[in-house]
Amino acid sequence: MADQLLDAKGLNCPLPILRAKKALKDLPTGGTLEILATDPGAVKDFEAFCRTTGNELVESKAGGGVFTFLIRRTG
Amino acid sequence: MGNAKRMSIIVTKGTLDWAYPPFILATTAAAMGLEVTMFFTFYGLALLKKDLDLEITTLGNPAMKMPIAGMQMAMPNIVSMLPGVGSAATAMMKNLIKRKGVASIEELRTLAIEADVTMIACQMTMDLFEFKREDLIEGPVLGGAATYIETATQSEINLYI
Repeated sequence: MADQLLDAKGLNCPLPILRAKKALKDLPTGGTLEILATDPGAVKDFEAFCRTTGNELVESKAGGGVFTFLIRRTG
Repeated sequence: MGNAKRMSIIVTKGTLDWAYPPFILATTAAAMGLEVTMFFTFYGLALLKKDLDLEITTLGNPAMKMPIAGMQMAMPNIVSMLPGVGSAATAMMKNLIKRKGVASIEELRTLAIEADVTMIACQMTMDLFEFKREDLIEGPVLGGAATYIETATQSEINLYI
């Protein structure tokens, strides 16, 4: 179970990233955030976001038209 | 000011469609840890007004095809020039934006300010178009080309939109 859940379904670029950044800021280091999104662009975007910010993309999966991401705050 | 990378954007256009790229890139870069500066000049300065009244025009824009009745339709110029067509196209675009979960420009601008994006309003454009400081939102500093160039020399990424 993630420490926090962010429902970004129905939101388009760049809102899922912006909302995720905001949610991560409120987490302690090591905390995890689960994000639900329907924007297919979010898959590559969360990979790029994590590579650039250094946060860990623990999991990225798709199913039933919903993309689920698990990010661990590292910094 | 730490070791963060920096990005600057020159914002020159003030229509509803062209308002998106600078604000999307600025907010995203800020979310990814970059220090971002936006320099608003000429028609881009309108994006800093307190009351945004952004419009699009289909005139001279053959690439602008709107999804209508399952088809992609462009507007012939001779129709685009008729009164009311621009506001109808604007209304249609705003509707589409809402329906597709795309943020409004007001929303993105607020997010940019919250993310500490530095905004510079071009002083020369203010004089040229007779904008008053109180016409603009709180936050932007007034500056000129040299102010922008100083930022650009310190930035890894410099964009002109």
